[in-house]
Amino acid sequence: MHQSDLISSDIDAYLKAHENKSLLRFITCGSVDDGKSTLIGRLLYESKMIFEDQLTALEQDSKKVGTQGENIDFALLVDGLAAEREQGITIDVAYRFFATEHRKFIVADTPGHEQYTRNMATGASTADLAVLLIDARQGVLTQTKRHAFIASQLGVRHIVLAVNKMDLVDYSEKVFNEIVDDFKTFADQLDIPNLHAIPVSALAGDNVVDGSRYMPWYEGPSLLGYLEAVDVETEETSLPFRMPVQWVNRPDLDFRGYAGRIAGGIVRPGDDVRVLPSGKQSKIARIVTMDSDLDEAVSGQSVTLTLTDEIDISRGDVIATSETPPEISDQFDTTIIWLSEEPMLPGRSYRMKTSSRLVSATVNAPKHKTDVNTLQKLPAKTLQLNEIGNCTLAVDRPIAFDSYNENRQTGSFILIDRMSNNTVGMGMINFPLRRAANIHWQNLDINKAANAEQKGQSPAVLWFTGLSGSGKSTIANEVQRRLFASGRHSFILDGDNVRHGLNRDLGFTDADRVENIRRVAEVSKLMVDAGLITLVSFISPFRAERDLARNLMEEGEFIEIFVNTPLSVAETRDPKGLYKKARAGNLKNFTGIDSPYEAPENPEIEINTDDMSVEDAAERVINGLIERGIIEA
Amino acid sequence: MSATAQIHLTHLQRLEAEAIHIMREVVSEAQNPVMLYSVGKDSAVMLHLAMKAFYPSKPPFPLLHVDTGWKFKEMISFRDDLVAKLGLELLTHTNPEGLADGVGPFTHGSAVHTDIMKTQALKQALDKYEFDAAFGGARRDEEKSRAKERIFSFRSAQHQWDPKNQRPELWSIYNVQKHEGESIRVFPLSNWTELDIWQYIHLEQIPIVPLYFAAERPVVERDGTLIMVDDDRMPLKDGEQPMLKNVRFRTLGCYPLTGAVESTANTLQDIIQEMLLTRTSERQGRVIDHDQSASMEKKKQEGYF
Ligand SMILES: Nc1nc2c(ncn2[C@@H]2O[C@H](COP(=O)(O)OP(=O)(O)OP(=O)(O)O)[C@@H](O)[C@H]2O)c(=O)[nH]1
Ligand SMILES: [Mg+2]
Repeated sequence: MHQSDLISSDIDAYLKAHENKSLLRFITCGSVDDGKSTLIGRLLYESKMIFEDQLTALEQDSKKVGTQGENIDFALLVDGLAAEREQGITIDVAYRFFATEHRKFIVADTPGHEQYTRNMATGASTADLAVLLIDARQGVLTQTKRHAFIASQLGVRHIVLAVNKMDLVDYSEKVFNEIVDDFKTFADQLDIPNLHAIPVSALAGDNVVDGSRYMPWYEGPSLLGYLEAVDVETEETSLPFRMPVQWVNRPDLDFRGYAGRIAGGIVRPGDDVRVLPSGKQSKIARIVTMDSDLDEAVSGQSVTLTLTDEIDISRGDVIATSETPPEISDQFDTTIIWLSEEPMLPGRSYRMKTSSRLVSATVNAPKHKTDVNTLQKLPAKTLQLNEIGNCTLAVDRPIAFDSYNENRQTGSFILIDRMSNNTVGMGMINFPLRRAANIHWQNLDINKAANAEQKGQSPAVLWFTGLSGSGKSTIANEVQRRLFASGRHSFILDGDNVRHGLNRDLGFTDADRVENIRRVAEVSKLMVDAGLITLVSFISPFRAERDLARNLMEEGEFIEIFVNTPLSVAETRDPKGLYKKARAGNLKNFTGIDSPYEAPENPEIEINTDDMSVEDAAERVINGLIERGIIEA
Repeated sequence: MSATAQIHLTHLQRLEAEAIHIMREVVSEAQNPVMLYSVGKDSAVMLHLAMKAFYPSKPPFPLLHVDTGWKFKEMISFRDDLVAKLGLELLTHTNPEGLADGVGPFTHGSAVHTDIMKTQALKQALDKYEFDAAFGGARRDEEKSRAKERIFSFRSAQHQWDPKNQRPELWSIYNVQKHEGESIRVFPLSNWTELDIWQYIHLEQIPIVPLYFAAERPVVERDGTLIMVDDDRMPLKDGEQPMLKNVRFRTLGCYPLTGAVESTANTLQDIIQEMLLTRTSERQGRVIDHDQSASMEKKKQEGYF
């Protein structure tokens, strides 16, 4: 019986059937203007998902801003933002919903424009299948390959190659075959288990919902026919049981439940579980829901578990089967796709969010990045917007995880910039690195406290930050002279001096500046361990790295001294003639000129050398140390 | 949704699990969340999901109803009964300046009324209580700019949405980080369709405002739209007589701005059947959407939910 007949004659039967339809989540992707939005519009239109009032609006819009003259421009059904309609391109993902007799669909129409690749990745990360469009006149383009590569990296296991605009190449079988062969040569190097190609015309509707009378040579299903039938069932329930804890549920003292969404496998009361990373063992007591307790729950369900033992579990821990628990590590080999205009900075501390845990992470320089055109592995120092690379990543505490291959949910993460709070990277864990586990911390008899006591002082780091020529080194020098005179043990790490030795291999790009500060922060930590009052005099332009240094030290040990000399004053002083060079364009990446300086938000001590002599400035620093109990008056 | 889980979840079970997951993420990472409760069917589903997400605890956030002063009477009584029954905290807010100036749809027109009593009122309430995350019941299938919005939709300190610069949203890992003053609108029902909502209400037996069911109600016809005469603030034109008609509402809002449809559907099955056979979208009944094309995107940029 036809669907609408069933709706009128037996609504209950229709609803029952509808309830049990399977769900397919797919995306359309491919190069700009290949016809993705048109195709989705056409699918919605032909599957009768467009209401009359929307159709009237579409007809009006098509005349006003469409690309098809007096005819309907189906892309306008999905390109919903004003800017998209004006420019005739897709900027961000549109999510649309439709259902046929057999299936429910959630489709994400993604943008083809390279600038918006991160929005394509957004759509692809939750898709089971990707419809990759190719303009038959253009054939396989770089962007086609980029999208295929991203989809395969994200674990999209089904790709439908839709060779579109067949109406513009006389519905030629030869053109179709050439394009398909060309794509297969490329795709053979990727992990795409299921690939199927269909010649279509999104505009005219050939092979979209029904077949095409112009292409009798194609005997396969139409696109919709294929989407309705393809089996994308992933055996999530056959994976080992995992549930990242999102929220601890404590309505009263008698109930302690762990709320989360099951990320793999099946769970039943009585199952032996292990809680990670602590490794503690227990058994499932109940699976609690508002309706009633469950006998079992499966991957994808949101539940609340209680255990038979009182153990300490908090958000971000993973409850897993004790037979095959996830691995634990603090260093990983990962694949990262960079999503920000600001390039990735190796050594910088980012926030990393996994399924439900927020940690700090630093990324090492990529081992390589991949050229999406040739799939060649190229050497790289960093990743730029849309680049995909292989990087080692270290987190500040051990976390539980699976490789992305095994479990998309416990193997994925995002990176968040601390300053802008933007999502700047997405990553997939390949495997753990055991480096950290094998280098154990050596406990020494003469420790920091002993070193400090011998010298009769509290060790500290005096971190002078400010523009070139602001007076950092002069003031630090004067402070050290006074410390020395009163019998204190101190040492100065000066930017220029350290760059002659330890950091001689580093330049002045953002990435090198981050590494420069990271090393100095580590060295000053060693000096503090030695019991010294350590004076660091570095421009250190980025807040994130100064915070990184601060976090290495103990509470109260890190004194940030902001030498706040206005750029105009520092530039007139220009003791080393560097500003002049930079202004002339002979010195690249100079802080304050063509490289940013991020002023401290809450420095312990602030000095404006404009209205203060070197002696007064040093005096202020010494007084600050006395106030903080680092030295006595 | 059922006592024993089968191996393959239905799409409604998946949507339910996704919404619950989203709510728990917000509660775990936001400082001061709130649920925007508009009393309509989507809010009914959202609230039901919140009850499930935190059971046996109560949802750890208050509900906020922005009351324009022109809601259907039945919405207000339904709201108060339900909140009392569930034992939840309800905050209501009406724009005090708008109230003092007597702003209403009849005197000021739908655009001004909606801006002052809804959009501005909402901003006032969010600022007043310093909420940093607000759940809303909007769905992507409602409207073309909604279809473009993230589940976690970021707002500047001025409550503005920047559609051209949305954060990527990957897998189900949500970035809840923000600066002081900024906030996030969260849409747990993003991936639900109108049919999903009705079917879920049906399966879970969720109470909804009786206005959704057909009954004899006094209406007048204006510009082809049936408007219910809900109280005596409605000025009748010369010779205009309210007539009793069997009508119901597909969507609920301010009564002067909400069109009724003639119908005899008085069970959930009837409603679903009617919805599936009709050829117009639910927003058709909302007078505000007709004001200008691309109006929703513009309103959203200005801080409309
Ligand atoms: N002749 C012909 N034109 C088509 C076909 N499909 C799409 N077009 C036209 O190609 C142009 C681009 O179509 P869109 O659907 O906007 O392309 P898109 O892939 O969504 O573009 P982006 O999202 O911006 O990357 C429009 O003018 C369409 O009308 C087709 O099958 N045949
Ligand atoms: Mg498009």
